[in-house]
Amino acid sequence: MLKILKLATRNLARYGRRTLLTAGLIILGIVAVLVFVSVSGSFKSLIVGQITDSMIGHLQVHRKGYVASIDNLPLNLNMKPAAVDKVEQALKGMGDVVASSPRLKLGAMFSNFTETTNIRLNGVIPEREAATVPLLPERLVQGNAANGLVERGKILIPEILAKGMKLKVGDTIVLVATNLDGSVNGKTFLVQGVLGDVTGPGGRDGYIHIDDARELLRMTEPEVSEIAIRLKNPARLAQTKMQLEQALSGISNPQGQPALEVHTWEGLSPFANIAHMIDLLDLFIRIMLVGIVLISVMNVMMMAVYERIREIGTIAAIGTPPRRILTLFIFEGLLLGLIGTLIGTAVSLGIVYVLNLWPVHFAFARQIIQLAPSIAAADVVLIGTIVLVVAVLASLQPAWKAARMDPITALRHV
Amino acid sequence: MTTVVQAQRLEKIYRTGDVDVPAVRGVDFAINAGAFVAFVGPSGSGKTTLLNMIGCLDKPSAGTLRVLDTDIATLDRSAAADFRGANLGFIFQDFNLIPVLTAYENIEYPLLMVQDWPADKRRARVTELLAAVGMADQADKRPDQLSGGQKQRAAVARALATQPKLVLADEPTANLDHDTAYRILELMKKMRDEFGTTFIFSTHDPKIMGAAEMTFTLEDGRLVNGGGKDA
Repeated sequence: MLKILKLATRNLARYGRRTLLTAGLIILGIVAVLVFVSVSGSFKSLIVGQITDSMIGHLQVHRKGYVASIDNLPLNLNMKPAAVDKVEQALKGMGDVVASSPRLKLGAMFSNFTETTNIRLNGVIPEREAATVPLLPERLVQGNAANGLVERGKILIPEILAKGMKLKVGDTIVLVATNLDGSVNGKTFLVQGVLGDVTGPGGRDGYIHIDDARELLRMTEPEVSEIAIRLKNPARLAQTKMQLEQALSGISNPQGQPALEVHTWEGLSPFANIAHMIDLLDLFIRIMLVGIVLISVMNVMMMAVYERIREIGTIAAIGTPPRRILTLFIFEGLLLGLIGTLIGTAVSLGIVYVLNLWPVHFAFARQIIQLAPSIAAADVVLIGTIVLVVAVLASLQPAWKAARMDPITALRHV
Repeated sequence: MTTVVQAQRLEKIYRTGDVDVPAVRGVDFAINAGAFVAFVGPSGSGKTTLLNMIGCLDKPSAGTLRVLDTDIATLDRSAAADFRGANLGFIFQDFNLIPVLTAYENIEYPLLMVQDWPADKRRARVTELLAAVGMADQADKRPDQLSGGQKQRAAVARALATQPKLVLADEPTANLDHDTAYRILELMKKMRDEFGTTFIFSTHDPKIMGAAEMTFTLEDGRLVNGGGKDA
């Protein structure tokens, strides 16, 4: 094998410029794929991480029909305490669940005593909310996360509201909410902090203590609108969702149908479509790489066979077995792929290193994103394998033609 | 004396379109081991076709051709390649050295790629042959750095590398000047004497024919004179 490899190397070196051009094309393809995959992967994981870790959590449990009407924050579709207990019990038995946070969501009128507007609020148990969405406290641009997140009688307000109504930490505001029975109730709060806005559902919500929310709504029972769940391994999202659905299937409404629904963050956030689009672009760029390698290697190998017909006739005439001639040409294609893969990977790693030394910032909606791209070893192995396999496949036809060549015809070739 | 090549009513017909073109027509001959034989005749007389059949590169259309006791008509493509690799050596009119390999590596090629000789035996054999053809000081040169005569010397050494019983040379001197051509034939004869190899070559040059110990004259695919001075 080594002797064939040596000869294949010399044959590639013989047509140095052509070999360089073809290897250059493969290098370009590999760099494009690896850099794109690392940058898009960094962007995706950053945004997904922000959505799941600062707002939504990985999974949410709601009463059936709640999500369909979530824009109205309907109080009549909250989960009753018995159902909440059953969900909590089910979650305790699941090893993949790290934390969960019951939320009471409501819409309220928000006033600084001179101006009035609307606000969407989450009533939360501070410690559990902070454990379920750990990046939420980091969104504070003013104030602090005392009591884990928010204290009784205090409120965290979104930045857009703070700016619009010229509010700062320590100011007093009043919330007025309509209760389930149609009456209204008001309660004053101190501004504990201001939360930076993020894109997505819940990105401009306010936070109060769940007991304050119940008080404001004059709730007699500890009802809950949703339970947000954080997983140990987000990659097991689909399996955990199925497991949870199974565990909750016993909870039914009076019509005998399942009373609760489980949603993943993908089902609740429109960014999931962008994430799928990025995956699709990943796939397209990989297909383009396959095309580049296939066409360039096949072209160069066909040229190599055509230009060396007499040489092939000579080595066939002196008794070189056809399988060795086949192997020789396949090795030439494989070597081209290998050179391209090694240099392409090295260049890609260099580019990613530079992108980490001088990070790229760009605006996404109202946020400034700083990319921290990285290349996973699995991606390098997968893309390298694709290139090598395609290089061999592209060499097969020319190599087969060379191995099957009639020595007399080949020796007569001018 | 052992017969290395025996042809009986040997024919080769090529078909071009709907027309049959006979290249060799009912030829009978026998060549003994250690002979230095020339097939002579004008262009198109069938010399190359005959050499191609003896070299298992082509098959007869009719008649029988036995080379080293093997009926070559029975060999398939792969078996013919193995037979050539094991028993035959080839010298070509255009030398046909592999351009990316040095003279040394070209001679080594059949030992490495055809017969899988171990490194030490390969080294000894190539060194012996380089010395025998007077190319020891040109071993590291690539074909484009060699003269025509040097290339053909290297080609002769390559043909002899695997110690074949029979070497076939199709117009081995056609691209060489007369003096160089004569020296190449002398070298081939010396190799025959040294290694006991049978040499069969073709030529249309009357001055070169004289170097052969036995000549077969072909005209229009027929053997018109078989045996020459030693027939």
